[in-house]
Amino acid sequence: MKYLLMLYADEKAGAAIAPEQMAGFMDQMAAYQQTLEKADAFVDTAALQMTDTARTISAPDGQLHVHDGPYADTREQFGGYFIIEAPDMNEAIRLAALCPAASWGKIEIRPYHPGYGPG
Amino acid sequence: MTEAARRAAERVARDSYGRLLAFLAARTRDVAGAEDALAEAFASALKSWPEQGVPANPDAWLLTVARRRQTDAIRRRQTSKAGEAHIQLMTEELEAAGTQPDAIPDRRLALMFACAHPDIEAGMRAPLILQTILGLTAIDIAAAFLIPPATMGQRLVRAKARIKDAAIPFDIPEREDLADRLHAVLDAIYAAYAKGWTEIGDAAAERLADEAIWLGRLVVSLLPDEPEAKGMLALMLYAEARRTARRDSDGAYVPLEAQDINLWDEEQIMAAEALLREANAGGPTGRYQIEAAIQSAHVARRVTGRPNWDSVVALYDVLLGLTHSPVALLNRAAALAETEGPDAALASLEPIAGDRRMAGYQPWWATRGHLCARAGRKEEAFEALTLAIGLSTDEAVRHYLIAQRTKLQDG
Amino acid sequence: MRYMMIIHHDDEAMAKAPQKELWAEYAAFNQALNKAGEGFSGGLRLSPGKQGTIVRSRAGKTDVLDGPYADTREQLAGYFFIDVDGIEQAVEWANRCPSSKYGAIEIRPIVEQNAP
Repeated sequence: MKYLLMLYADEKAGAAIAPEQMAGFMDQMAAYQQTLEKADAFVDTAALQMTDTARTISAPDGQLHVHDGPYADTREQFGGYFIIEAPDMNEAIRLAALCPAASWGKIEIRPYHPGYGPG
Repeated sequence: MTEAARRAAERVARDSYGRLLAFLAARTRDVAGAEDALAEAFASALKSWPEQGVPANPDAWLLTVARRRQTDAIRRRQTSKAGEAHIQLMTEELEAAGTQPDAIPDRRLALMFACAHPDIEAGMRAPLILQTILGLTAIDIAAAFLIPPATMGQRLVRAKARIKDAAIPFDIPEREDLADRLHAVLDAIYAAYAKGWTEIGDAAAERLADEAIWLGRLVVSLLPDEPEAKGMLALMLYAEARRTARRDSDGAYVPLEAQDINLWDEEQIMAAEALLREANAGGPTGRYQIEAAIQSAHVARRVTGRPNWDSVVALYDVLLGLTHSPVALLNRAAALAETEGPDAALASLEPIAGDRRMAGYQPWWATRGHLCARAGRKEEAFEALTLAIGLSTDEAVRHYLIAQRTKLQDG
Repeated sequence: MRYMMIIHHDDEAMAKAPQKELWAEYAAFNQALNKAGEGFSGGLRLSPGKQGTIVRSRAGKTDVLDGPYADTREQLAGYFFIDVDGIEQAVEWANRCPSSKYGAIEIRPIVEQNAP
């Protein structure tokens, strides 16, 4: 079964990290991806640009409304994702807990609605 | 005239058999005796209706005749005053019902739950319901449950004797007793639907499917808090929605993956999705909810534009955890072939390769045939498809399999 | 530029909408996405937030909580990808998504892997 791992972290705090430290964190993430690949669990990953580049639109009354920024103002922002393959939620949790991003933020694990997933 | 009389009798047989039987048996708790009485009434109808015309209220006519047979049979067995009072009560009730066409109360659900009583052998509850309510033959029932027909016949006779001897009451049981009994009732309804499903273009089979759906709706309306009842009805509606798409304009068989989604009945799919949503919110996931979820995953294709075998396999894993059914393992293998290839799918079937129940099960051989063909195992594919052809009762399916087998030799 | 288009919608509002039309619209929308080419992907739907889990690690210990991360009325329900020249086209695509009537579409540019 495929699961979406959404990485939430405080962007501002992230932006304030020194480049050498950040490079270290990126190495850790690369290592994590290799861990997933070795476990035959890796499907996909991407990082999102910071929320100041986001736009949110809605059209409840037929009129298009556009505002700058993400949908919700949360303390931690959605900044990237992994899609993994796991037999059940317990294994998905185990794999998500290995992600370095779980220590500097939170990871939300969501199964896909049956029939509407990636694979 | 004779033809009209015959058709009238057949229509009443299909439409009213279960209701009339439940009504007749409710008082005496003698299902076998009621069956005999009703059978004699039908025979009588086929003799007199051609000459005297089909009566305005055929149900009432049949009841009257059946009642006479029943009271005669009871009189022969009882001589006490208590017996006479019993017969009098029954006669009055039947007469009242006979004069008002719609007054015959539908005791079918009560009869179904009576057949699911714990005193009846577990494996016989669903078969008993199929025979008494839906009038299926022992042969058809045996096929649905993968049991030899003669064995099924004997067991049915014993089960009916049990109802009579134990004076099993015809009630819808209390909440605490409902869950176990409900499952047998659902299994019976679904088995009837499945039988109606496999026979396309056969009016009687389609009516059987309609009847099963009607009973499914009845159970859901009477037991709105039971998620599995909703799951089962959803499952039937998903299948029913695809009925027209299963054959092309030439009457040829069309497998699920190749079906034209525009022929799927959106109304029924929507109804099924709503039921499934309610079922999932209402309680623990059971066998029917999972099977309905599998169907939901299949029909998602009409919205996403692509099949989603991944979730189908995952849902079969859950189903297998619950039921350990060889049929579920087989269906899982068909989906697994799409995610991991035919070799992995065939390997997954090893645990049941020697299962005797599979030897006469057409889908086992058809699926194996397709998987072996895709895996390049031509000889095994040829053998399997041949067996599948031999076991197919549907002409269109036979042609399809023959064409698949011919392709092997060309490849 | 690739964008992740995150769908937030109100389940109740969706359920009240005429279902046949809604799902027919979604089918057409997904068809358009599937045909639009490389970098686009048809809509994916997530299970409800309550079926998700939150994981975080602190000092070697892992906490596991019930989802969703943000319990808003319009829940994060799914997403799709597009590859267009700029934000104006992204807004156009977001407006085509049927869920824009029942919620909001959040447009997020993706960090390109091979960016210099």
